[in-house]
Amino acid sequence: MVIADFIVQGAQMLLVLVLAPLLTGFIRKVKARLQLRRGPSIFQPYRDLLRLCRKEVVMAENASWLFRVIPYIVLSATWVAASLVPTFATGLMFSWTADLIAIVALLGSARFFLALAGMDVGTAFGGIGASRESMIAMLAEPAMIMIVFVLALVAGSTQLSSVADFVLNTHVGLRVSLGLAMIALMMVTIAENARIPIDNPATHLELTMVHEAMVLEYSGRHLAVIELASSLKLLLYISLIACVFVPWGLASSGEGAAAYLLGGATYAAKLVVAGFVLAVFETSFAKMRVFRVSGFLGAALMLGLLGTLLLFVSRSI
Amino acid sequence: MSGNIILWCVAGLLSLAPAAVALVHWKSAGVTIYGACLVLTLGLLALAIMQLLGAGPALDVTLQIGLPWIGAHFRSDGLSALFMGLINLGGAAASLYGLGYGRHDHAPHRTLPFYPAFLGAMNLVVIADDAFTFLVSWEFMSLTSWALVMAQHRVAGNARAGYVYILMASFGTMALLLAFGLLAGPAGGYAFDVMRAGHAQFLSASLVLVLALVGAGSKAGLVPLHVWLPLAHPAAPSHVSALMSGVMTKVAVYAFVRITFDLLGQPVWWWGMLVLAAGGITTALGLLYALMERDLKRVLAYSTIENIGFIFVGLGLALAFQSNGLHAAAALAFTAALFHALNHTLFKSLLFMGAGSVLAATGERDLDRLGGLIHRMPVTAGLFLVGCAAISALPPLNGFVSEWLTLQAVLESPQLPQWGLKIMVPAIAALLALAAALAAACFVRAFGIGFLGRPRSEAAAQAHEVDRWSLAAMAVLALLCLLVGILPGFVIDGLAPVVSGLVGARMPSQSQEPWLSLVPVAAGKGSYNGLLVFCFVLVSGWLAAFAIHRLASRATRRAPAWDCGRPDPSPAAQYTAGSFAQPIRRVMGTLVFDAREIVVMPQPGDMTPARFTLESRDLIWEWLFLPIAAIVGAVAGRLNQLQFLTIRRYLTLVFLSLVILLLVLAIW
Repeated sequence: MVIADFIVQGAQMLLVLVLAPLLTGFIRKVKARLQLRRGPSIFQPYRDLLRLCRKEVVMAENASWLFRVIPYIVLSATWVAASLVPTFATGLMFSWTADLIAIVALLGSARFFLALAGMDVGTAFGGIGASRESMIAMLAEPAMIMIVFVLALVAGSTQLSSVADFVLNTHVGLRVSLGLAMIALMMVTIAENARIPIDNPATHLELTMVHEAMVLEYSGRHLAVIELASSLKLLLYISLIACVFVPWGLASSGEGAAAYLLGGATYAAKLVVAGFVLAVFETSFAKMRVFRVSGFLGAALMLGLLGTLLLFVSRSI
Repeated sequence: MSGNIILWCVAGLLSLAPAAVALVHWKSAGVTIYGACLVLTLGLLALAIMQLLGAGPALDVTLQIGLPWIGAHFRSDGLSALFMGLINLGGAAASLYGLGYGRHDHAPHRTLPFYPAFLGAMNLVVIADDAFTFLVSWEFMSLTSWALVMAQHRVAGNARAGYVYILMASFGTMALLLAFGLLAGPAGGYAFDVMRAGHAQFLSASLVLVLALVGAGSKAGLVPLHVWLPLAHPAAPSHVSALMSGVMTKVAVYAFVRITFDLLGQPVWWWGMLVLAAGGITTALGLLYALMERDLKRVLAYSTIENIGFIFVGLGLALAFQSNGLHAAAALAFTAALFHALNHTLFKSLLFMGAGSVLAATGERDLDRLGGLIHRMPVTAGLFLVGCAAISALPPLNGFVSEWLTLQAVLESPQLPQWGLKIMVPAIAALLALAAALAAACFVRAFGIGFLGRPRSEAAAQAHEVDRWSLAAMAVLALLCLLVGILPGFVIDGLAPVVSGLVGARMPSQSQEPWLSLVPVAAGKGSYNGLLVFCFVLVSGWLAAFAIHRLASRATRRAPAWDCGRPDPSPAAQYTAGSFAQPIRRVMGTLVFDAREIVVMPQPGDMTPARFTLESRDLIWEWLFLPIAAIVGAVAGRLNQLQFLTIRRYLTLVFLSLVILLLVLAIW
C-alpha cells in the first residue's frame, strides 16, 4: 500500500518533469500551425535543452555565487510545487505537505530568486525584467488568493486532493462562483507564465519583455535549468486548472492499474485541450502595453472577489 | 523564587546605566556594558522560556515604591513571559551585535547609558501589574529610546525625528492613561487584577478599546499614527534601530493585547472590524511607502509598519471570532498574531543589523550609492538574504508560517454571523496577499539594489566584511528564522498556554502530529509541513544539480555582460531604487501618494533640455497632521497674547475665572 503510494508520488514527480517541455513544444507547434507556418517539431524543446547543456556557460564578470545557485533554487521550488499538484491521481503520498497557499508561495519563492538573478549582473535589462515581474506579481498574487478563497469556501479545504475529491464526488453542479474563479485562474495563469498578452515568451531585444529580460544573462546549463523551470511552471498551472475544475478521470489512491491508466489518458487529453486553447488565445490577441496589465489582472481580482461574495449570498438564501 | 530573579535581572540592567556613565571614558566600557547586557538578557530569556514551559513559579511581588498606599505591583503570567522572551531574545542579539558594532560608535557616552536602561524599561513594562507602574515604565521606555534616537543629534534630520517621536510618544501615553482611567472606574482600582474583575460598561469599554488602539497603535506604528516611526527608528544607532523596530513595537503589541484581551472582558463584534481595518490599511500602505524609499534603514522601518499591520489583522480576527464565541478560530488567529510577533523580532532585528553592517562598512544608507556588496561582504549578504526571504514570507522560512496561519484563520470567517465582517474579511485577505507580493518586491529591491549589481559609489566598491560579533549575532537570528520556519509546531505548542489563557481555547497540539506537520483545524482542511518542504527543496535541488553536473558540459567562461549586445560599462546604467519601484508607483502611486510624472519633451530641433519631474505627496501627513499642527499653531497664537497683558487685565482675568468656576460649582 505504502509502496504503491510512493510509486505514484515518484511517477508524478518524474512525469511533470518529463512532460513539461513537451507541452511547451506542443503549444509552439499549434501556434505555428495557426499562423500558417510549419513550426518545429514538438520535441524541439528537449533538443534545445540538450543543446544548451552541451554548451559552455558564459558568465558575466560581475556575476556572484548567487547567480550560479539561483537556477537550481528556481527549478527545485517549482518542481516541488508541481509534484504536489495531482495530475493523474489524487491522494498523493505527500499531498498534505503543502496546500494550495503553500504551492502559490513556493512559486513566489522561485519568482523572488529569479528577480534577484535579473539584478545580479547589474545591467539595465535585468533590472527592467525584475521590476516588471514584481509589478505583475503584486497584481497576480491577490487575485490568486481570492481564487484560493473561493475554492476553499466551496470545498471546505485548501488541500488540492480534498478539493479535487470534493468536486469529483459531490454534486457540485454549475456554480457561478467556480466559473468566475476558473476564468480568474486562467487570467492569472497567462500573467504568471509570461504569455501573450502580458508578455511574449518568444521575444528578445525588445523593451516589452519581462521574463526573458530577467534571464538574459544566463547561458548554457544554467539557461537550460531555467527554461525547464518555466515550462514546468506552465504545466503546473494547467494541471492545477485541470485538477480543480475538471477533475474527472483522476484516479483515487489504491484504485488499481486500470484507474491509473485512465487517469493518465485523461490527463494527457486535458493537457492537449489546454495547450490548444492557450495557443488559440495567444494567436488571437496582441501584446498589451505594460501598464495595461493592471487592468487585466484587476479584472481577475474582481472576478475572484465577486465569486467570494456570490458564495456568501447563495449560502444565505 | 524565579520571580525575584527576574526583578533582580531587570534591576541589574537598570543599574548598568549609572555604571555606564561612570565607565564611559574607559577604553573597554562598550565591551563591558554590552557584555553585561548580553548576560542579563540571556538570563531573562531563560527565565521567560522556563515560565512558558511551566517550570518555575511566576513573579508576583508588590514593592512599596511609587504612589503611596498603592505600591508597584509586578507579576508575570504567560503573556508577560512570552513578551519578556521576545524582548530579551532581541535584546541579547542586539547586545551581541553591539559588542562589535559599538566600536563604530563615535559618541559612546550618548548611547551606552541609555541602552541598558532601555532594555530594563521594556522588561518593566511587561511585568508591571498596575496601571501606574505600567505607565511609568512605558514613559521611561519612551524617554530612553528618545535619548537613543538623539544619540547622533548632529546628523541632519535627527533632531526633527526626535521631536516628532517625543510628541507622538506623549500623545500615545496620554491615550493609554485615559484608557486606564476608564478601566479603573470611579473606585480607582489601579491594579490589573481589580480591572480584570470589574466589567466596564459597553460605552466606556468601546472607548477603552479605541484609546488602546490609538495609544498602543501609535507606539507600534499603525497608520495613520506611524509618521514618527520611519524618522525615529533609522536615526538611532543600528543595534538600537533593531531593538526599536524588532522589540519595542512588540511591547506596544503587548500593551494592546493586555488591555483588550485580558483587562477588557468580552469583546463586541465591531471592535474586530475596527482593528482589522486599521491593520489591513497599515499592511498595504506600509509597504507602498517602503517601496518608494531610497534609504535602506527607512525601507526597513516602513516594512516594520507593514508587519505591525499584519499582527493587528491577526488580533482583529481573533477579536471578531472571540466576540461570536468561536473560540477555536479565535485561538488560531491569535496564535498567528503572536507567531508573527516572534517572527518579526527575529527577521527585523536581523535586517537592521545587516543594514548596520552595511553602514559600518560603507558609511552609506542610500540604496542608490550601494551595490555589488555581495562580492565584498559575502557573509553579511548571505545572512541579509535569509532575512529578506523570511520577511517576504517565502517557504520554508518562518515568515510564511505566520502568513499561512493567518490565511487559514481568514478561511474560518464564513462562520461569522455579521455581514459586515463576512464581506470585510475576504477583502482584508486580498490586502494581505497584496502585501505579501509587495513585500517580496520591496526586499528584492532592497537586496538587489544594495547587494547585487555593480558598486554605485567608491565607498561601496571599497567595503569590507564586518567583525565577527556582528556576524555571529546575525547568524544566530538567521538560523532561528530557519528553525522556527521548519519546526513551527513546537513554537505553536509553546504559545498554547498563553493563547488558552486569553481566548479560552488553544490550537490542537501540533508537535504530536505525524511528520511534525501543521494542522490548524483538521487534516482535510489544510496542512503544511515546513520540514518536508525544506527537505524536498533540498533534495530536488541537489538532484537537479547532480544530474546537470553529471550530464552537462562543465565548461565555464567569464566574459563581459551580454545585455543584448550593448553592455554599458557605467554603473549608472543599472536599475536604481527609484526605477525599480516605478512600475508599482505608476499602478498604485497615483492613488496613494497622488504621484504625478511630468515629462516635458521639446520639439525636434528645439535645443532646450527634456525634463522629467516626479511629484508625490504624503497624503496622511498633509491631510491629518499638518491641519492639526495648523490648528494648534493658531490656538497657541491666540493664547500667546495672554503673555503680554497689563497687571490690571491679569487681575480681571483671575477674578473672572474665579467667578465662572464658582458659578459652575453652584449650578452643578
